Amino acid sequence: MALSEKDVQYVAKLARLEVTNEEVAKYTQQLANILQYVEQLNQLDTSNVEPLTHPLDMKNVFREDVVVPSLTQQEVLSNAPEPQSGHFKVPKIM
Amino acid sequence: MEPFQKTIHEVSADLKSKKISSVELTKNVMDHLEKVEPKVQSFITVTRDEALRQAAEADKRLASGSATVLTGIPLGIKDLLCTKGVRTTCGSKMLENFMPPYNATVVERLNAAGSIMVGKTNMDEYAMGSSTETSAYQKTKNPWNLACVPGGSSGGSAACVSADQAFASLGSDTGGSIRQPAALCGIVGLKPTYGRVSRYGLIAFASSLDQIGPFSKDVEDCAIMMGAIAGHDPKDSTSADVPVPDYVAEMKKSAKGLKIGIPKEFFPDGLNKEVSEAVKKAIEELKKLGAEIHEVSLPASPYGLAAYYVLAPSEASSNLARYDGVRYGLRVPGENIVEMYSKTRAAGFGPEVKRRIMLGTYALSSGYYDAYYLKALKVRRLIKQDYDKAFEKVDVIATPTAPNPAFRFGEKTGDPLAMYLEDVFTVSINITGMPGLSVPCGLSKSGLPIGLQLIGKPFDEATLLRTAYAYEQATDWHKQKPSLREG
Repeated sequence: MALSEKDVQYVAKLARLEVTNEEVAKYTQQLANILQYVEQLNQLDTSNVEPLTHPLDMKNVFREDVVVPSLTQQEVLSNAPEPQSGHFKVPKIM
Repeated sequence: MEPFQKTIHEVSADLKSKKISSVELTKNVMDHLEKVEPKVQSFITVTRDEALRQAAEADKRLASGSATVLTGIPLGIKDLLCTKGVRTTCGSKMLENFMPPYNATVVERLNAAGSIMVGKTNMDEYAMGSSTETSAYQKTKNPWNLACVPGGSSGGSAACVSADQAFASLGSDTGGSIRQPAALCGIVGLKPTYGRVSRYGLIAFASSLDQIGPFSKDVEDCAIMMGAIAGHDPKDSTSADVPVPDYVAEMKKSAKGLKIGIPKEFFPDGLNKEVSEAVKKAIEELKKLGAEIHEVSLPASPYGLAAYYVLAPSEASSNLARYDGVRYGLRVPGENIVEMYSKTRAAGFGPEVKRRIMLGTYALSSGYYDAYYLKALKVRRLIKQDYDKAFEKVDVIATPTAPNPAFRFGEKTGDPLAMYLEDVFTVSINITGMPGLSVPCGLSKSGLPIGLQLIGKPFDEATLLRTAYAYEQATDWHKQKPSLREG
């Protein structure tokens, strides 16, 4: 599966990363090298192996549905680049 | 001997016997820290005033008799652990002005024990790197040779302990980021079992692999630090409700009768001779101390690195989607919201972070998910099965921590894959969730430290500490100090 510059441009778009033409050329070569290294995984037969998403046995964790103190609105907005009237302001979406 | 050169267990006794006050000790450490900092550059932020305020509180507590072993002890904190009101950058321009409104659970626990924070340590951006060179701020130097890297990603946390700028520190380990810098800087570093230490307030890189752990000058201090940070936390749903033993007491049991496994896959042809010899000598020493040595096989483990460089970037690409310029962090204006996202992320992230986000996005994208992500998850199970089988026969597995001693600045930055190979012996332990500890076991001819990695069963950090302590007491590598010179 050879990686093309078009693939890198597509992936950058999916990842919401603005990239320059020079970056695309550089990343195409570097990512192709890494993917070539990763290809060695195909040497292992995994046809009857279940995927392992988590290293240890995990169960859903539940807690009582009770109100506990949390951050204030002021604290939550304290790092916002552009807060306005208790909200996060963003540029136009449509 | 200056107070800053001591260990936690030594200086804690001095504090309790009133030989020194916490304010005096903290001044002593801060003066040394600031004196050597221009050479080593371990810290992104130094918090002298806050440290002295905490020290005054610690002295009250010491006088009242309610002190713990960590009360009044100055420590370094990796700059991806949230500290209320103290800038937390994660080594990135994205979070250059981020002031967390809350503390990570580990920080709360250290505060409750009465320890003192001297500053926030330098790191690879978002913990992505093996040399701390991807930090957006500065290059931390290896105290043993200032022309060499300290390892990474927790390079600042390792260098500050090695250079006596703090008695111990906290780091995080996703693929080796505690163990490898501990090995390269000649100190002790422990990655606990996944779930042993709460990740609440840790800025996430790869959530199924990340774990917080300590750096220390010796094994006893590592046991002390683990005692303070380990244990269940309701704020982290992956935190395990498993009893925490008295690590210091467990550590002091002898190594006699311990079964130690040596996997041949970790001693490949072409392994650095000095590393291979130092580790083999350490295994001989453990044998002399009464441990039984067994050969074990981990046939899928050589594929760990390839699996890791699919899994970790995949999880990272998802975790780092949150940096969108809306709620916190950098914002670069744009005509519409997508342009704002794309410009913000282009300006805020450095090249290694972008590379991994793109790699992960690719591995998770339609058409490639099965070939890369799902395949890597299946290999992950094969690797885990190998370790589970080996641990039916042995208590501990011993390997080199890193394939080489510290390398020079710029040596591997041009070739991402060469840098990734630094993690070849450490990643499979994150993939399996098991605990791993690095303890100094030698010096190369050029005077650079070498580390022995000890791997344990899930939640059995105590046996790792016990093995490492027995070895350390029989050797004196931990007493060697770095030169703080260029070579």
